[in-house]
Amino acid sequence: MSLMNNLINGTDFDADSLNALQKVTLRAVVMSFLFFGLVAIEGMIMRLVSTGPANPLPEMFNHPAHYFSIMTAHPIVGIFGSTYQLVFAAFMFLVPFLTKKPLYSIKLANAVWLLITIGTALAWLAAFVWAYGPLYTLYWPLPADTEQFKVVGGIVFIVGVALIMIGTLGFIYNIYATIFQRVGVHKNKTTKELLISGFGIDGMLNLWHKLTGKPPYSKEPALALPVVAIFRGTVDTFLDALVILGAGILVLVYLIFDASGHPLNVAAIDALLYKNFFWWGLDLVADGLVLIYVAGSWYLLATLITGQKLFMENVARAALMLELLVSWMVWSHHLLADQGQPEMMKLISGEMVTAFELLTQGLALFITLVTLWKARPLKMTPALAYLLGGLIGFGLAVPAAIIQADMGMNRILHNTQWIIMAHVHIALIVGLYMTLYSALYVLWPIVTNNTTLYSKKLTWIHYWLYLIGGVGMGAFGGMAGLDGMLRRHLYINGEFNTWMILAAIAGSMILIAWVIFLLNIVLSVGIKGLIGIFMPAKDPTASYGIEPEAVAEEHKA
Amino acid sequence: MTFASSIELLKFHNTAYTIYALMIISIIAWFGYNLTRKEKAKSVVRIPFYTYIGFLVAMGVGHHIFTYNTIPWVSEDIMRHEIKADAEYTFEIAKHKWIGLPKKITVQCGQKIRFNVRSRDLVYGFGLFRQDGSLVTQMQVNPGTDVNGILESNDLLWTFNHNGVFNLTSTEYSGPEQYSEDGKKDLMLVKNFVEVVGCQEGGAK
Repeated sequence: MSLMNNLINGTDFDADSLNALQKVTLRAVVMSFLFFGLVAIEGMIMRLVSTGPANPLPEMFNHPAHYFSIMTAHPIVGIFGSTYQLVFAAFMFLVPFLTKKPLYSIKLANAVWLLITIGTALAWLAAFVWAYGPLYTLYWPLPADTEQFKVVGGIVFIVGVALIMIGTLGFIYNIYATIFQRVGVHKNKTTKELLISGFGIDGMLNLWHKLTGKPPYSKEPALALPVVAIFRGTVDTFLDALVILGAGILVLVYLIFDASGHPLNVAAIDALLYKNFFWWGLDLVADGLVLIYVAGSWYLLATLITGQKLFMENVARAALMLELLVSWMVWSHHLLADQGQPEMMKLISGEMVTAFELLTQGLALFITLVTLWKARPLKMTPALAYLLGGLIGFGLAVPAAIIQADMGMNRILHNTQWIIMAHVHIALIVGLYMTLYSALYVLWPIVTNNTTLYSKKLTWIHYWLYLIGGVGMGAFGGMAGLDGMLRRHLYINGEFNTWMILAAIAGSMILIAWVIFLLNIVLSVGIKGLIGIFMPAKDPTASYGIEPEAVAEEHKA
Repeated sequence: MTFASSIELLKFHNTAYTIYALMIISIIAWFGYNLTRKEKAKSVVRIPFYTYIGFLVAMGVGHHIFTYNTIPWVSEDIMRHEIKADAEYTFEIAKHKWIGLPKKITVQCGQKIRFNVRSRDLVYGFGLFRQDGSLVTQMQVNPGTDVNGILESNDLLWTFNHNGVFNLTSTEYSGPEQYSEDGKKDLMLVKNFVEVVGCQEGGAK
């Protein structure tokens, strides 16, 4: 009876008490976790297919058109539908929270989650209904290959991705408009001061002044460090959106001309040049905004959890700037197996500049750990445990990629399961998502007005299943890569089935963890509460007034 | 120390990364445990900040220096246009089919072979695999023509130092038509495409 009551009414969640900012944040969070479930199911389907003929799935999942359409939808749903939504939701809440200013536009924030949700759904439908399957890499001219794919599928897919990117541009506008609003603590700040702080130039000048024995350039920077990380990461988010939109328009033009009976010559576009352009943009996600946003989130979480200032804050500010510059120059590590790519680009961009990511991410890890260490003893709250999980994730994933970003190693690891499992999946599932779960548990009382979580036990079960499943799946998949298993290849005869069975077991732990997490949340907010989140807010306030320092009290032993 | 084949390199990589992975997980777990303890934790080792930064830089740069000096195909790949191959094979790919492919290539141990592969339509890959499925070598095969409209070549120079019979397939996804409709057959797979003979058991002549 109590369970049923919780299912309908939750614990003590009151959706009517939420203001507009809280509601728009939670709407995106709900959509993000629904998409996470979808992406976990897709992932499990692909894992099961790879286990060989004994897999319990209907035979249609073995068909290449079906299999690769799932593989095409999978990263779109995972990266944009789930991760982007969750990150954007967190940041559209955090920037007003940290700057103590209202969000520039609640309407725009609503448009962002709606556009990304609809866009993701369209891209998924293009794969599901029309089996459109050029994969997320969209290597030219495959997305415009109408002999293999239906034109309508391609158009729906590209329109979907374009909507996601338009939503992304909406997020970017909202963030910068909020940061540059001259209200509250920034009432007397000039745009120049905010820009200097946003790009971390004040941190660099502080370091320089310290070295030359001068007084600090700025004792109190205009923007808090996590806002600086959001500011910088969003530069990459913007550039990436432009590149993906540009590629989308190109594909769309070719598909429309094809549909009109006047196909254009695909050879007019140089495939290698296109690869460079596309990877430059796409890599701004993987090696730009993700790393910068994650570093910023670690700094924020470490300061919120400990209630203390960040260790070596000026170095952290300067390192974020370095990370931004590095992220613009590393794309060639995706092209080390392309023999037409100039050797100097492989060497400088693909190897040397890419190696800097070890430095920038290692620095972020160090600063976060020392900040936590200086504040001990701390209570092992879920927020702290997930943060440590996130550190493990990137501690494993970044070196796995640096190893492959090498002309010698790449020859035998390129396009294998090594990079997609040991690097990408561990970075996303363990590194990024555990950081986001940490943020979720820190922000939960603030965003839900202190709603009691249904079960702490379920939280910890989710934690261990997710951590072990995430690391396990990445590790077993990575081992298969070392044995020669390709990442974009169909194996249905059980060629690598030992690794794939182990990876599927670990993958199923992630899926079960998601069900447990969802159950815990639904039993906390109730179905009524869930519906209430999507109802218009009675309180139109677009800010949240709790001081960040108050959050730290929760975590002190 | 030199890695004569990808097998040796992969084994080394597997061991080194596994040790590293266990180490980083243990460090964070130790850290997490000590964060909650009231007693001051005893430092196992004190690492000054700049030593740590120096270590990261050394690992990032040193890794490439190490591979350049231990993996023979790195310098060979960079200098491949200056190196005379013992034999050269040129073929094309169109609509997921190899065109002009020799039925079988027999290579004497230590020979340098240049593969020139051209694509008429999509991005493909060229990969040689051992019978156990492990990768010998690979490259991407991009389509494209030069200013005169002649198909551009993707070239790979490779020295074969171990006996073996290798299969060929595309290492890059180029659409579902690479496979039979039921997914059971890779239509671009060429079994026993390269055979290397004349090497001693441990490799080389």
